[in-house]
Amino acid sequence: MQTHYLIVGASHAALSALHAIRMADSEKDVTVVTRDQNLPYSPTVLPYVVSGRSAPERVHLRDENYFSELKVNFRRGAAVQNVNASGNTVRLADGEEIAFAKLLLATGAAPALPAIPGLTDVRFHVLRTLADAVALRNVLPKTQRALVLGGGLIGMHAAENLSKGGAEVTVVEMQPHVLSGYFDADASGIIEKVFAAKGVKLIMGNRVAAVAAAGEGCHATLADGSRIDADLLLVAAGVSPVMDFLAGSGIETDRGILVDDWMRTSAGNVWAAGDVAQARGFFDSGKIINGILPDAVGQGRIAGMAMAGDAGAKPYKGGVPLNTYAFFGQHAVSVGVQEGALDAAGLEVQKQLDAERAQYLKIVLKEGRLAGIFGINSAFDPGIMWELILRRTDLSDVKQAFLDSPQKTARVLMSKTWR
Amino acid sequence: MGAFETISFRPELCDGCNDCMSACAQAKAQAADFVHSRIQIVPSDAGYELAMCRQCGDPECVLNCPAAALSKDADTGVVAWDASKCVNCLLCTVGCTYGGIVFDAPAGHVIKCDMCDGSPACVQACPHGALKHLTTNRIYNEVGDLEDLFVPGLAGCQGCNTELIMRHTMRRIGPEAVVATPPGCIPGMGSVGYNGLTGTKVPVFHPLLTNTASMLTGVRRYYKRIGRDVMAVALAGDGGTADVGFQSLSGAAERGEEMLFICVDNEGYMNTGMQRSGCTPFGAWTSTTPVGERGHGKTQDAKNLPLLMVMHHCEYVATASTAFMEDLYDKLDRAIQAAKRGFAYLHIYSPCTTGWRFPSDQNIETARKAVETNFVMLWEYDPQGGLRLTHSTDKPLPLAEYVKVLGKFRHLSDEQIAHIERTVAENVRFVKGLAAGVPVAVARAGAAA
Repeated sequence: MQTHYLIVGASHAALSALHAIRMADSEKDVTVVTRDQNLPYSPTVLPYVVSGRSAPERVHLRDENYFSELKVNFRRGAAVQNVNASGNTVRLADGEEIAFAKLLLATGAAPALPAIPGLTDVRFHVLRTLADAVALRNVLPKTQRALVLGGGLIGMHAAENLSKGGAEVTVVEMQPHVLSGYFDADASGIIEKVFAAKGVKLIMGNRVAAVAAAGEGCHATLADGSRIDADLLLVAAGVSPVMDFLAGSGIETDRGILVDDWMRTSAGNVWAAGDVAQARGFFDSGKIINGILPDAVGQGRIAGMAMAGDAGAKPYKGGVPLNTYAFFGQHAVSVGVQEGALDAAGLEVQKQLDAERAQYLKIVLKEGRLAGIFGINSAFDPGIMWELILRRTDLSDVKQAFLDSPQKTARVLMSKTWR
Repeated sequence: MGAFETISFRPELCDGCNDCMSACAQAKAQAADFVHSRIQIVPSDAGYELAMCRQCGDPECVLNCPAAALSKDADTGVVAWDASKCVNCLLCTVGCTYGGIVFDAPAGHVIKCDMCDGSPACVQACPHGALKHLTTNRIYNEVGDLEDLFVPGLAGCQGCNTELIMRHTMRRIGPEAVVATPPGCIPGMGSVGYNGLTGTKVPVFHPLLTNTASMLTGVRRYYKRIGRDVMAVALAGDGGTADVGFQSLSGAAERGEEMLFICVDNEGYMNTGMQRSGCTPFGAWTSTTPVGERGHGKTQDAKNLPLLMVMHHCEYVATASTAFMEDLYDKLDRAIQAAKRGFAYLHIYSPCTTGWRFPSDQNIETARKAVETNFVMLWEYDPQGGLRLTHSTDKPLPLAEYVKVLGKFRHLSDEQIAHIERTVAENVRFVKGLAAGVPVAVARAGAAA
């Protein structure tokens, strides 16, 4: 078959790009293919499917009507086998060839499996697809002891849900703290304390050296020689971009697919966005995989506008690490970078910590501009903070007010600058 | 997708009383704590600012929601939040750069403005008019469904509101009409047509400047005689109405001829090179009231044409502004009805980007300032109800906010501004006096008794 726009993937970056394309071009053929069998959904919602908070049939981001109304050919269960950029074609796993004028790769990421001896011989779970989530949800009621490899967002979400489901949960994290990608030791400490109080065992600065099957479950041997028995093993040791189909395509890749500020790859007719893309970092000289939902939405929009030739398109300003994390009814927000990621010149850090009340707020300023703001149970508007970072808004004149009351001061700046 | 209702905030009218936040917290959480309010007034050095959901047209929070809990309602335009789908991940708060969707910690979930199902509690609670519930969208949605009776591509100057006036009025009047467009901007921009084709989808003709109302008199009488209810409509400029066209206008009004005469007042003969007219205000630059060593703009005050028409005991007379479309539409509807019984006169102010010299994106704002400084007043008149003000004149903006933004007034001396201020004040007192007075119908009944 033949299509003008071909989008591979159907999650946030893909849907955002599709939206942008149809804003500018209501006519030309658009085809969306996804390897998943379901209507579009977000990987971010999956922990809530596991916990039962979200019903699998209610998490869909779009329905078939949405695609048919926009005259979009939406095909599920269609995995891409390889890309021939110079020939303007994509081959699907079933052998079908799709010819395109413009291609967007928004294939996301898949769980990275650590090279642990014995891992391939035991039953384990991952959490990236709706099928994964349903499988995990189904084993939850009969799980007594669960072992989670990785104290990142997915691991911690899953650990919480497993614990709420009544399992005895152990999390093993190589770093000295959980969620070290987003929070410093003090902030992670607050989160760790909450988990410990709920009976979740967190083993940090250690790693699983080997696993072996034991009946329905497994037993794991840690690097320090200690042993953990579990009837459920969840591997949440990070993700890596899905780009195996690019082998031999000539499209440049590093850890992800390399893109410019318009999300265009080294091939002029191919774009990439979301968790699979490696784009300019806002604070880094090199290119990074930012791997967060709001950035996938933004990158998808840029790619879609660029593909459709939308005159209103603006180049990517660079990936800012950020995330939100809710745990046991509390919430943590991280926008920007920790002071350690920046050189010391012009750096100012203010930290308020009340471990008893589980409250934390850290503000990192670099040369009078916001570089990062991190809070636990602390009120500020992450969207406004992100925009202040992207605009490099000079806070010199309001610095004390900002440090004393970041939410109010940022809202006033918002009103004056971009309302 | 149509236009939607919205809440507007005018920071200059806000005094930080926080009544809106009390009302919202009470309405949404039955609580006094402002943390539950979806509208947040933020004090700053320079006054008050607002953090609140903008009900964006292309909302980022919706795109950022992993749980399909947020959606843009296609009918109301409200960005709706579904509690049963929300997973409290707070990613929506990352997407919003306006502080419009926030985590309410005591409630344990995000909160955002839902427009209170079309009757916002905050607006009702605002004692200063700083918050307004704008429902003008109704007009655009309704009118959008009516047939546009002009051809595409009228060649008005950039930023001119006359095309809006023409298209909206004729959509509302409908196809059973004959339109007269005497010389001026309206035929000049192509409504009469080119090369033997008309620029309208109804019969249109181009009378002389002097005889518009006379010719429409004959048109209406002819159609009545053959049993057809065809509306006779004039779309005229202020010159063709107040000066050259006044004799036939006055005669037709005096005789009570059935027609709708719309004067689009841009305060001069703008399409022929910006000469002064009887509607040009004191001090204004025009090409015939130049500014130089001796000249300082027009030396006479404008004549108040709509009041002259009141004195003709017309069936209906009103002034209107495109900055207040709901008001304009109410008046248009009444004028259309009145024109079936007698003479209806509608005077619509039309700031001229070219002749008055202001940026072409400022037309509606200029029209608004003219009203809010009382430079022009919005009112309507009919013999039964008398004259009624339809926009308060009580808290006017300083006149300078209007005259300073217009090139034609840029040269004004303090004395000239003081003169205009006196004229505006006199005018307000005079019109208010008429509004407080005895309607003609009541006076007639009294005289008969």
